Amino acid sequence: MDRRDSIKSIMLGSIGVGVLFESCVNGVSNEEIKKTISKFQYGRTEKEKAYDKKLFSIQCFSKKEMKTITQLCNLILPPNEFGSIIDAEVPELIEFMAKDIPSYETTIKNGLSLLNQFSIKNYSKSFIDCNENQQKEFLDEMAYPDPDLSSSEQKEEVQWFSLMRNLTMTGYYTSKVGIKELGYVGNTPNVWDGVPKDVLDQYGLSYEKEWIDKCVDQSKRNETAVWDNDGNLLT
Amino acid sequence: MQIKENLKEYDVIIVGSGAGGGMATKILSEAGLSIAIVEAGPYFDPANPDQMTQMKWAYDSPRRGRGTTRPFGDFDQAYGGWDIEGEPYSQVGDTQFRWFRSRMLGGRTNHWGRISLRFGPDDFRKKSIDGLGEDWPITYDDIKPYYDKVDKLIGVFGSKENLPNDPDGFFLPPPKPRLHEMFYIKGARKSNVKVMPSRLSILTKRINNERGVCFYCRQCARSCMAYADFSSGSCLIFPAQKSGGQIDMFVNSMVRSVTTNEEGKATGVSYINKDDKKEYKLKGKVVVLAASACSSARILLNSKSKQHPNGLGNSSDIVGKYLHDSTGGGRMAFIPDLMDRKIYNEDGVGGMHVYSPWWLDNKKLNFPRGYHIEVWGGMGAPSYGTGFNVNAFNKFFGIPVGGYGDVLRKDMRKYYGSLIGMDGRGESVAMKSNYCEIDPNQVDEYGVPTLRFNYKWTEHEVKQAEHMQNTFEEIIHNMGAIALGNKADKSSNFGLTKPGEIIHEVGTTRMGNDSKTSVVNEFEQLHDVSNVFVVDAGPFVSQADKNPTWTIMALAWRSSDYIIDQFKKQNF
Repeated sequence: MDRRDSIKSIMLGSIGVGVLFESCVNGVSNEEIKKTISKFQYGRTEKEKAYDKKLFSIQCFSKKEMKTITQLCNLILPPNEFGSIIDAEVPELIEFMAKDIPSYETTIKNGLSLLNQFSIKNYSKSFIDCNENQQKEFLDEMAYPDPDLSSSEQKEEVQWFSLMRNLTMTGYYTSKVGIKELGYVGNTPNVWDGVPKDVLDQYGLSYEKEWIDKCVDQSKRNETAVWDNDGNLLT
Repeated sequence: MQIKENLKEYDVIIVGSGAGGGMATKILSEAGLSIAIVEAGPYFDPANPDQMTQMKWAYDSPRRGRGTTRPFGDFDQAYGGWDIEGEPYSQVGDTQFRWFRSRMLGGRTNHWGRISLRFGPDDFRKKSIDGLGEDWPITYDDIKPYYDKVDKLIGVFGSKENLPNDPDGFFLPPPKPRLHEMFYIKGARKSNVKVMPSRLSILTKRINNERGVCFYCRQCARSCMAYADFSSGSCLIFPAQKSGGQIDMFVNSMVRSVTTNEEGKATGVSYINKDDKKEYKLKGKVVVLAASACSSARILLNSKSKQHPNGLGNSSDIVGKYLHDSTGGGRMAFIPDLMDRKIYNEDGVGGMHVYSPWWLDNKKLNFPRGYHIEVWGGMGAPSYGTGFNVNAFNKFFGIPVGGYGDVLRKDMRKYYGSLIGMDGRGESVAMKSNYCEIDPNQVDEYGVPTLRFNYKWTEHEVKQAEHMQNTFEEIIHNMGAIALGNKADKSSNFGLTKPGEIIHEVGTTRMGNDSKTSVVNEFEQLHDVSNVFVVDAGPFVSQADKNPTWTIMALAWRSSDYIIDQFKKQNF
């Protein structure tokens, strides 16, 4: 979407309580862009590099919007001994996703605006200036979808909060601190030799001899395979 | 436009570098023939740190791995997808064919599932069995020696099972099942569905000193830096170069057509260099097309001349016809027993450790062809989407869904690794009415006329998809799990995937003895032009409920032996 068009459509569809939001604007310094690019080394093609660079050069949310997003994410997933949504760079992820998935930009901005309208109506101040109990009052209104309805049938603000919760959760649990908290221990060279015995016992399961006899003997994994003419492995 | 001609004449020009092109490169170059590989994408080596995605974490990507630019996620090694900017295709009527292309050295072998199944004896004679489609001009016995050689050269794990239509081979030993796979075994057996170790081309054991052994990261879709999985570059092309083959590689080069002379024989290919967008010509005594079923058909149809007015090799008007993809259907389930499970490293190999081959007799069913079942699940590496709808399963226990705060942490932990999925992959019936052809109204960004597709599933596939859904539901129940979502019904063709979505498209240059009803002979040689071959999945007469790669390579090896023999007889 053309940036000016997006401003126009937001203004036309404005909810009108005078909370102004800026659309994504160019305005990231070259130095910042370079820093971000060097941070993400993940085997891109030239075309993909150019696309990422374009997104890195745009700042989508205003400082105030970022502050609101950060506070909201902190309420969704408060810090603990493992870390916080700040450590997990969740606000940065949300900023990036609003450009990577263009429809998120309007959706997220509209939701932030709605949140401020509620808070101004109830407490005559923007969400970020309310105290935590007041902020949670708003969250209580949006945080519980009706389990019998599909996601598109939920109220607009419930849908919006679900999106923010999803982004917060995925941002946290795909970060260093979140992965550590979850306890995922893979993505590292190892030798798989079956489900641990205590886990099998826990579920009352065991490997059948007939099956396990076919499986790899990991002590011989480095011996070069040799077969007889009938395909029986000899090594 | 000025066309630049390379003066060297190669023995063989190979178009495409995936499973078929890689195999032809290895066999033909080792026979001493000079080879030009022409590949539409860039050079790729999974061990190149600038291209590598293996062992990356979600947070190495600014979108945490989401599939914005690559359909299977940021770390998947396929440069391309179903839609490629500048390389469109179109549909006729209500066709919804999806054409996946991977533009890179090695093509789709860099990201594929490594499911390496031989076709069985019945798979070559389906018409004799059910009266539909056509029999192959070869039998299992003709191809068996080549399957054996492929097994030994490339490496595939599996187990001897003595099943009549799922022949055993020269297997490396399979890995032990994961926990959710043991739940699947339990449920499938209770439903009288056969389960056995899967058969994947991943090295659970050393096969030579050039390639490493699997280190169990579950990331074969990222192409292995240790060359412990089968990718065409790392297992065929690089070794061929290393053993001194005369191989020139033309990358970023999109072949437009096969060039011919007055006698109608092929003289080489013309291609567009994607970097300077100029057209070039290469000369060769033999042209081997291995660009993928639809791309090779496109090249043939775009190779019109006075001698071949209907396109090269197309006097039968069969090029592009009988296009068929595997069917697909799936269902997910939640295993309550696996809530709050102990966490340990269960990455394993890239794919399932167990699967179900087709276990029933179609004579007793209302659809003619079978399907196999693939299984996925367990404690995967977190990536974009992990934690979405974190406690949706609360609804099964009457607990509120959603919320915020520390409760979400407990929910995340509670449900992590409790999901299982099943996917059916089945054989469709090859139909003459399902085909690709040149779109007279469109060219790609290189000026090459593009394809348009005509494709409709028949009742055979829809009934098979219905059977899949019933099977999944029964297995889910029998493993003590809860099926998720609504069961797909008639309104959605019982969840049947769109043609092309399973990325097993085959059949567009089918083989046969009769030059009026087929495009190539049993050695994948055009009936019309003796020095042009097609060694991708185009020559498949029918597809079987097996994945096509192992058969592509066995046939390509067999055809390469034939080409070498013809060179010896000085027939080119």
